[in-house]
Amino acid sequence: MAIVIPKTIYNGKVKEIKLGSDMQAVSVGGENCFPFYLFEGAMPHKPVIAMEVWDSGTEDWPVAALEPFKDVISDPAAWANKCISEYGAEMICLQLVSTDPNGMNRGATEAAALAKKVADAINVPLIVWGTANIEKDTEVLRAVAEACQGKNIILGPLEEKDFKKIGAAAIGYHQTVIASSPIDINLAKQLNILMGNLGIPENALLMDPTVSSIGYGIEYCYSVMERIRAAGLTQSDDKLQYPLICNISKETWKAKEAKVTEQEDPLMGDAKKRGILLEAMSALILALAGGNILVMRHPEAIKLIKGILDELYVPSK
Amino acid sequence: MPLTGIEIFKLLPKTNCGKCGVPTCLAFAMQLAAGKADLNACPTVSEETKAKLSEASAPPIRPLTIGTGNRAIKVGGETVLFRHEKRFENPTGLAILITDTMAESDVEARINRLNNLIYDRVGLTLRPEMAALRADSGKVESFVALINKVKTQSDCSLILISQDADILTAGVKACAERKPLIYAATAANAATIGALAREAGCPVAVKGANLDEIAGLTDQLTKIGIKDIVIDSGARSVKQVFEDQIFIRKAALAKTRSLGFPTIVFACDMTQDPMKEALIASLAIAKYAAIVVLSDFQGHALFPLLVERLNLYTDPQKPLATKEGIYEIGGPNENSPVLLTSNFSLTYFIVSGEIENSKVPAYLLVKDTEGLSVMTAWAAGKFVADVIAPFVKKCGITDKIKHRKLIIPGYAASESGGLEEELPDWKIEVGPREAAHIPAYLKTWKAQ
Ligand code: SF4
Repeated sequence: MAIVIPKTIYNGKVKEIKLGSDMQAVSVGGENCFPFYLFEGAMPHKPVIAMEVWDSGTEDWPVAALEPFKDVISDPAAWANKCISEYGAEMICLQLVSTDPNGMNRGATEAAALAKKVADAINVPLIVWGTANIEKDTEVLRAVAEACQGKNIILGPLEEKDFKKIGAAAIGYHQTVIASSPIDINLAKQLNILMGNLGIPENALLMDPTVSSIGYGIEYCYSVMERIRAAGLTQSDDKLQYPLICNISKETWKAKEAKVTEQEDPLMGDAKKRGILLEAMSALILALAGGNILVMRHPEAIKLIKGILDELYVPSK
Repeated sequence: MPLTGIEIFKLLPKTNCGKCGVPTCLAFAMQLAAGKADLNACPTVSEETKAKLSEASAPPIRPLTIGTGNRAIKVGGETVLFRHEKRFENPTGLAILITDTMAESDVEARINRLNNLIYDRVGLTLRPEMAALRADSGKVESFVALINKVKTQSDCSLILISQDADILTAGVKACAERKPLIYAATAANAATIGALAREAGCPVAVKGANLDEIAGLTDQLTKIGIKDIVIDSGARSVKQVFEDQIFIRKAALAKTRSLGFPTIVFACDMTQDPMKEALIASLAIAKYAAIVVLSDFQGHALFPLLVERLNLYTDPQKPLATKEGIYEIGGPNENSPVLLTSNFSLTYFIVSGEIENSKVPAYLLVKDTEGLSVMTAWAAGKFVADVIAPFVKKCGITDKIKHRKLIIPGYAASESGGLEEELPDWKIEVGPREAAHIPAYLKTWKAQ
C-alpha cells in the first residue's frame, strides 16, 4: 500500500540576510520550510557556526574549553584567526566580557578599538556581543558601531530598553543588529516592530530569543523558537521571519555539569567529552528549532555538529 | 482526527429520548465531541456506532508498555508534532546494546552501567531503562544464557534482537514474563514472529525497507490481533532517520493507522564514533523516537541525553518544581550565608549553579512558589513577607547557623521591610537581581 505523508502548507519565508562587508559576506536564512524539512521546501543556507572570542574572563572556563585556545587567549585578533583557519569558523563572535560594570568595567573607547582591530584582522563577518547591561551596552555598542564603520558588523544584544540609542548608531553606520527578547514570542514580535519603526532595515535585523542549554531551560527557548518559525512560515507573520541567532556555548560551559570532573563525580564520566556533548547537543537542538547562527566554542563540538548538519542537509529524494 | 459533534450526531439514534441525561441527540453528540460525556450513557446506540466511535477516539499513536514492574517503560501515545501544541507524553526509552558474543567482563560492566548510572535532579531520578540483547553468535544457548544473566542481574526492560526466528523464539521463552520487545518481524518472517508475539503476549517491532512495506507489515500483524507494535523504519543514515521519524509522526497524526505506532532508532548502527552516536541520539529524542538503542552507556553522554529528554518531555504548561527546603551547597557551616529563592526548577538550577561557581559554601532556602519564578511568584503574592517568614521560621535553618542574615533576591527587594517586621531577629539583605551577579556578591559577604 502507498502511504501518503501530509505536507505542511507554508506561506512565508525566513528573510535571507547577507552579513559582513562584501569582502567577507556570509548569508543566512531564506528557508521556506521548517529547519531541514527539505522534503517540503527549500533551505538555501545551512545554519552558520560563529566561534566566540572573549576579550577577558576566560579564567572561569573549564580546562577542556580553554585548551584549544591557550596560545591565543590574550590576543583576540589572533584567536579569531585561529578559529577561522584551523577550526573553520564561518563567523566570529567577540564577547566583550571586559566591559561588564560588575567586573572589569573597561571603557567604551577601548572596547571599540578592540572590536575594530578584530574586524580588520579577519575575513569573515564579526558579531560583537555586549554584557546585556543596559547603560553600559548603550555606550559600548554605539562606540563599536562607529569604530567599525563599513564592516557591516552585527551588534547585540539590543533590548527593549536600549534598542533606540544603539539602533540609531547602527543605522547611521550601516551595521546589523540583534533584537533580543526574553524567551517570549510576543515580546520578540513587538521588539521587531519597534525596530522597524526606528528605521532598522529589514535586511539588517537578526533575532535572539534568549537561549539556554540542556538542563537550564532549553525546552523554553526550543518551543519559543519553534513557535516563531511556525508563525513566520505557516501564518505568514512577517514580523517573525528574521534569522535566529543562538549565543549558546557560553551558556553550556558555565554550567556546573560542564565543569565537574570525573574524580569528583564518577557517574558523570569524562569532563571534556561531557562538555563537548552538552555544547554540541544544545546547539543541535536549537538548530532543529530554527537557529540560523550558532555561536559556539569547542572545536570538537563544532566538528560534530557540522557533520550532523551536513548529513541533514543532503537533498531529499 | 477526532470526529466533530455533527459527525457523531449522524451516528446516533436521533430519537431525542433524553435517556442520556441531555434533551437531544445533538446535544449529547456535542458533549461527546468535547470529551464531556461517555457513549455508554446512551442505551440505544448500535454496536456498529460504538465501534466507529472508539476507532475514531483511539489515540493516533498506540501507547504500549515494554517490560514489567518498576522499570517497565511506556512508549507511544503521542498526539502532537510540536511540544508547544500540547506536550510530548512518554519520554524516549534509552537502551544499551549487549550481545551474546561480548566477553563476560564486558557484559558484566554493561549491566553494571545500566543498573548504576542513576542521577538525581531536584528530587527526580534520571536513569536509562532498557537493555537491547542481540544474538550475534547464532547459537540458541548463548543467547538464552545472556538473557538469563541480564534478567537476574537487572530489572530493566528488554529488547530481544535476532534475525533467526528459532533463536528469537527461544529467547522469548526465556523471559516472556518480563514482556520483552521482540525484534523484529520483517517481510521474510512476519507470520512466524507475529504468532510468537501473540502467543507470548509481548510487544513486537517491525522492520521494513520503506514506509509502504512497514504499513503492510503492521496491517498483517493487526489482522491477527496484535496491537502492541513498534516501528523500525530501517533507516540507518542521519538524513533518512530524521525524515522517517517526521513522516511516521505526521502520517500517524493524520490517522494513518498502519503507521500509528511508536518508533525505535538504532543509533548504535549508525556510526562507529560514540560522540557522534550521542549526538544522533539527541536528535532522535527531539524528533520523535520512542526508543533509542545506544552501543554503550557512558556517563558523559548518557547524562546529557537523560537531561535533554527530561527537558523536552516536560509539560510546557506545568514547569518543573523543586522541593521546598534547605539545600546545602559546597559544605556550608554555621557562618555561611543563607540565600532565599523560589522553587521554579530553572530558578533553582541557575541560582544553585551560581552559588557553586562562587566557591562560597552557602545554604539555599527554596520556598514553594508552585513552580513560579521569583518575579512571577512575587507578583502573584506567593513570594511575599507573609508567606516567606513562616517558612524561614519553620524550615530549621536557625539550627544550622549562628548569624541571622537572610539574602533575598533583588526582584523581591520590596519585601525586605515586611520581612524585618515578621522576622525581628533577622537582618534582611537584598541580593542581586540577576543570578549571574551572585558570585561577586557572595565573595564580599561577611557573617559579621
Ligand atoms: S439517549 Fe441516545 S437516543 Fe436518547 S437522546 Fe441521548 S443520544 Fe439520543
